[in-house]
Amino acid sequence: MKEYLELYWAFFRIGGLTFGGGLSMLPMLKYELVEKKGWVDEETLLDCYAVGQCTPGIIAVNTATYVGYIRKKLSGAIVGTAGMISPSILIITILCLFLNNFLGNVWVQHALMGIKGVVCALMLNTVISLAKKSLVSPLCVVIAVAALVLALFTDSPTVLIVIVAAIAGIIYEKIKGDAKGKEDAQHE
Amino acid sequence: MNSLIWKIFYEFFKIGLFAVGGGPATIPYLMDLAEKYDWFTMEDVTNMIAISESTPGPLGLNMATYVGTDALGVLGGAWASIALTIPSIIVIVLVAKFLSNFSQNRWVKAAFYTIRPAVAGLIAAAVWNVFEVSLFVEEAGGRVFALKTFILFVAVFALMHIKKLSKMHPVIWFIGAAVVGCILKF
Repeated sequence: MKEYLELYWAFFRIGGLTFGGGLSMLPMLKYELVEKKGWVDEETLLDCYAVGQCTPGIIAVNTATYVGYIRKKLSGAIVGTAGMISPSILIITILCLFLNNFLGNVWVQHALMGIKGVVCALMLNTVISLAKKSLVSPLCVVIAVAALVLALFTDSPTVLIVIVAAIAGIIYEKIKGDAKGKEDAQHE
Repeated sequence: MNSLIWKIFYEFFKIGLFAVGGGPATIPYLMDLAEKYDWFTMEDVTNMIAISESTPGPLGLNMATYVGTDALGVLGGAWASIALTIPSIIVIVLVAKFLSNFSQNRWVKAAFYTIRPAVAGLIAAAVWNVFEVSLFVEEAGGRVFALKTFILFVAVFALMHIKKLSKMHPVIWFIGAAVVGCILKF
């Protein structure tokens, strides 16, 4: 029982003290899980993080689930995840209960119009850094533009676009593999 | 059975299952929901991005909590967040159990090679929606361009690219912008 509480509390702290999620979480994860608790070594943590990034869902949650699983199997996965999501649930629930009373206030409206400018700037930065990371070949550029156009000008479900992109990647790899196979055969 | 309870569960479960790429990848799905239901508006999503950037925790979770609380009351936030995380638990446990080299697998890598740019494109489209609801104000006479907000956006974007300021916490920008918004009556 004590171990579960410890697991819950460690992830509660990580969830409650990391802003922004995703990449910004890695130093905090390393500090809590590798240096302080010694539950996993750094390499395993990076593995968990890599898997967390290439499985669906929120990266922070996925990493918590994976580390929890390594510690205590399924029950550890559930306890770790519960710890990770508790601070968000608490903070936002409390904020929501107050927020709706404030939104009508004229000064809050002025403040929000200013804040929206910052949101735009932050989001533009997010798009630029994502583009830098993911547009690594002409094929990638074509896919990104296609997804953008489909999302803006058609009613295509987001889920469908992601699935089609995944299939395209697998087909591309298959064709590339076949072409390479033929080339190798010719050389022999 | 209250059908709203299950609808919220279903929609957030779906986001948890299909939002690949973490935080920002949930935004396109949230925009879809804003169009499909009257749970929240695109403007709420924009406000939520601001709140999420200034409170701890990932955006997707914060948004699930917000929608759940708004629609179902105090415990609704936890309900929607749990719906969002159940797919993670199922998928990760299966991966950990059966696929030891999942992230190094050739086909997984191949799929992600094209998923990543697709998600970037989807997020760009969602950001366009954010721009639309942020830089235009609905008024009695129709949509009006919010010039002051636009100028602030350009100024902040430029300032963020100054090295010394680029590491500054988003919440500082928000507070500054809120003060400017109040003083200049945006």
